[in-house]
Amino acid sequence: MNFMRVSQDEPQMDESLKQTLKDYRSSVHAWSDAVYNQPHKPVRVYKTSWRVTASWALGCVLAVASVAGGLYERHHVKEQAKIAAAAQAARQAKHVAEQREESEDQLAKIDSDVSREVPSAMEPLAKMMVEDSTE
Amino acid sequence: MAAGTVLKELTPATAVEATRVDGEAVAQEFTNIVLAHRPQIFRFLLASTRDVDLAETLTQECFLKAHRNWDGFRGESSAMTWLMRIAINLEKDHWRNRRLAFWRHARTNSVDLDDASDWLPSGERSVEQQLIAREKVAQVWEVVAKLSGRQRTVFLLRYVEDLDLSDIARATGLSEGTVKAHLSRALSKVRTELRGN
Repeated sequence: MNFMRVSQDEPQMDESLKQTLKDYRSSVHAWSDAVYNQPHKPVRVYKTSWRVTASWALGCVLAVASVAGGLYERHHVKEQAKIAAAAQAARQAKHVAEQREESEDQLAKIDSDVSREVPSAMEPLAKMMVEDSTE
Repeated sequence: MAAGTVLKELTPATAVEATRVDGEAVAQEFTNIVLAHRPQIFRFLLASTRDVDLAETLTQECFLKAHRNWDGFRGESSAMTWLMRIAINLEKDHWRNRRLAFWRHARTNSVDLDDASDWLPSGERSVEQQLIAREKVAQVWEVVAKLSGRQRTVFLLRYVEDLDLSDIARATGLSEGTVKAHLSRALSKVRTELRGN
């Protein structure tokens, strides 16, 4: 094929431009031939689509799981604290009740002991009345 | 044609055989077309896209499309012109789709202009002449990259693939007058760039 078979309708060119275009053509042909004839490298197929999707899915699952785990843990700790507080309150109430009962018993014992040891105010008078009647 | 011959052609076995033979002939014909025109289609796409991987992909797609539509090729133009038209349309579609995918703007395997102009055959010129020629070729590479899509296509088909204006018109689907106008503008830009430096 002849290079640039110039027809009458085509723009006129000077020799320098013709030569430059010829060189340009040669460079394109040489480059293309070199690329075309070089042994083809095995194409590395990037299966990014499913890998990225899988990574995102896994990431989302992990994120949701960690958030859910955190919330559950928090809820669990709260429940435990509530139960512990209730148990503590019950223990305290029991302790208070026991203390109150104990102190009441002690007061009753003291009261009875005191009433047994200390004579009543009317006892001498009653003795005198008993002596008078015998006489 | 004898009646016996007609009856023989109509039997299922001969029909299958004829189809097989026809299929093989078509396959062979298409293989010849691929062998004859693949380098030229690849060269045009490479010069146009400046991306080796992209040019290879589009070349494959071009011949795949040609194979699918081979029955529809009526031979109104040459096979080369028909294939070139498919290649041009594929390239156009590629850039149209690529425009939407703006985040994938970076070309992965695009060629450097300096590398491209290195492919200049030395011929029988002096070192100085070679340097000047190389510089000018690099300028042409640069201007061609800046041309509009149609101007670049017309320019490459004319001055790299050496197609006639009528063939370019058929391959691009433009009128000859439009082809001439695009060619003239492209050439004017090349001339201005070369004179300016």
